[in-house]
Amino acid sequence: MKRLINLKPRRAARVALALLPFLLIAFVYLGVSNARHAENPNDRLLPLPAQMAETFAGMATEANVRTGSIPLWADTAASLQRLGIGVGISAVAALVFGLLSGGLPLFRAPFSPLITVVSLIPPLAILPILFIAFGTGEMAKVVLIVVGITPFLIRDLTGEALRLPNEQRIKAQTLGASSWQVMLRVLLPQLTPRLISTTRLALGSAWLFLIAAEAIAAQEGLGYRIFLVRRYLAMDVILPYVAWITLLAFVIDQALLWISRWSFPWYHVDEKAAS
Amino acid sequence: MPARYRIATLLAIVTMVFSAFAPVHAAEGSRDSFRVCWSIYAGWMPWAYADKAGIVDKWADKYDIDIEVVQINDYIESVNQYTSGNMDGCAMTNMDALTIPAASGVDSTALLINDYSDGNDGIVLKGSDDLTDIEGRRVNLVQFSVSHYFLARALDSVGLTERDIETVNTSDADIVGVFANDDVNAVAAWNPQLMSIDEMPDSHVVYTSKQIPREILDMMVVNTETLKNNPDFGRALAGAWYEVMDHIAKNDEEALEIMAEAAGTDVAGYREQLDATHLYTDPAEAAELMNDDELLETMQRVAEFSFKHGLLGQGAPSPDVIGIETPAGTYGSDSNVKLRFEPRYTEEVAENR
Repeated sequence: MKRLINLKPRRAARVALALLPFLLIAFVYLGVSNARHAENPNDRLLPLPAQMAETFAGMATEANVRTGSIPLWADTAASLQRLGIGVGISAVAALVFGLLSGGLPLFRAPFSPLITVVSLIPPLAILPILFIAFGTGEMAKVVLIVVGITPFLIRDLTGEALRLPNEQRIKAQTLGASSWQVMLRVLLPQLTPRLISTTRLALGSAWLFLIAAEAIAAQEGLGYRIFLVRRYLAMDVILPYVAWITLLAFVIDQALLWISRWSFPWYHVDEKAAS
Repeated sequence: MPARYRIATLLAIVTMVFSAFAPVHAAEGSRDSFRVCWSIYAGWMPWAYADKAGIVDKWADKYDIDIEVVQINDYIESVNQYTSGNMDGCAMTNMDALTIPAASGVDSTALLINDYSDGNDGIVLKGSDDLTDIEGRRVNLVQFSVSHYFLARALDSVGLTERDIETVNTSDADIVGVFANDDVNAVAAWNPQLMSIDEMPDSHVVYTSKQIPREILDMMVVNTETLKNNPDFGRALAGAWYEVMDHIAKNDEEALEIMAEAAGTDVAGYREQLDATHLYTDPAEAAELMNDDELLETMQRVAEFSFKHGLLGQGAPSPDVIGIETPAGTYGSDSNVKLRFEPRYTEEVAENR
């Protein structure tokens, strides 16, 4: 008999098994939601799918009378812009500082302890300070994301640079490379795919900070909408928005993975072998 | 663990999670234990004293029932707890009673009107003491809250509409910090934040709820069905509330101290908040407001405001889709009355004096 660890589902079975938990959740949700609506047709806590679809379609097609923009797209554009700028700045800063810190011991000595301490400050705790220092506009929201994820990215990249075999540096120097060349030709190419995979992990935190910032002061954004309609328990808006955010996060994550696989196929050799 | 057990376990976990959302049959039949909730606000601090000094227990014992008074830190969360059926009653404003439980189909009754905001809500401008200067400014406030309704009333008083300004949704906890910013020059807020904002340089309170008395009401709202099946629940709450009101009317230092402490301030600070809150210490006065035509007009205005902002639900066809019943008459749909004002229990207390 085969051992349990060697039992692999076939393709069809794998798809079915993957779908099963989702179907189960949907099934239980429908059951409870129907029960609540049988009792109170105006129930808002667990809206029926038809209701959510109707509300969501309304938010995606009908322009707001006051602002003239379509809520869903305006919110999505605003949030993605903040997220993009925030994560973009963080990634560039992390690559530069990670490279310097990982490549130059003289830079690392004063810089690394500082980053370690900064990375331990809970960003949400300094939120009131950020709002006073950077205003309530776009700046504070972007800064919160940057403050939230950059130290983590820098620490990870520094660590990755230090884990690279020292033989690589020695070999490059034997071939006559300068410090500058070692950093650009040995470290940088190996750190870039690592940056992408770490950024994928940090995206979850970035979304968290984005939504927290939008909940406090905003005029549009996905987090803004959720915290706005929470005031009157509009779950028919909140649940589809949560699903929409999840979808956006998934697409961004897969896009980064695809970019990484396409640009750095050598980095993903091990993954393929394991799956 | 074989696959089918794993599926069974998963099923059990999912069921457990969702059973938390199962319809709660709070309203069915007569019962002998009840839960009501409240959150921190000047006009509701008496519940803290009523609970701590055993006054609620005393009145509940009198009718041979149990009433648990629960403090919830977040106001909206407390209203949502009530709306979802986890609580039999909750302290909330007249506007939120309409837009949250009533609009969600939970038939609710305003059992007690505790107070009205008499300066507790205000609009603050930077660099001007004239409300008309709000035109074209960006106003930070908790959107869709009583503050928003209050702002609309204020704009109306000087011939402006919401189209003349922009609104920025801002959490009430952060509104003081936000006002310190140079790019913020107008806010609508309530106490205690309003007091802190007023103390900042160059700030001018240009409009307060003193100018619209008896409109922003704080109430104890209970489930209509529960109240109908258990009138003693209503009697006990009303009895306990007005016993605490007697302590306040008599200026009982000890009671005020307990309330102030629960509100996170001192007696002086709490007195200052009470100055801007018209507490109905006399049940006859509260009953009079419930019976008044004016209440019906106020509720109609609130319903129209709520409808305009989509707070009665995305599919609501008109502001009168939800019936609001007061002793002076009913506004809106007779067949869909979901919010009722019931002066009976307040009147009973007044008669027994």
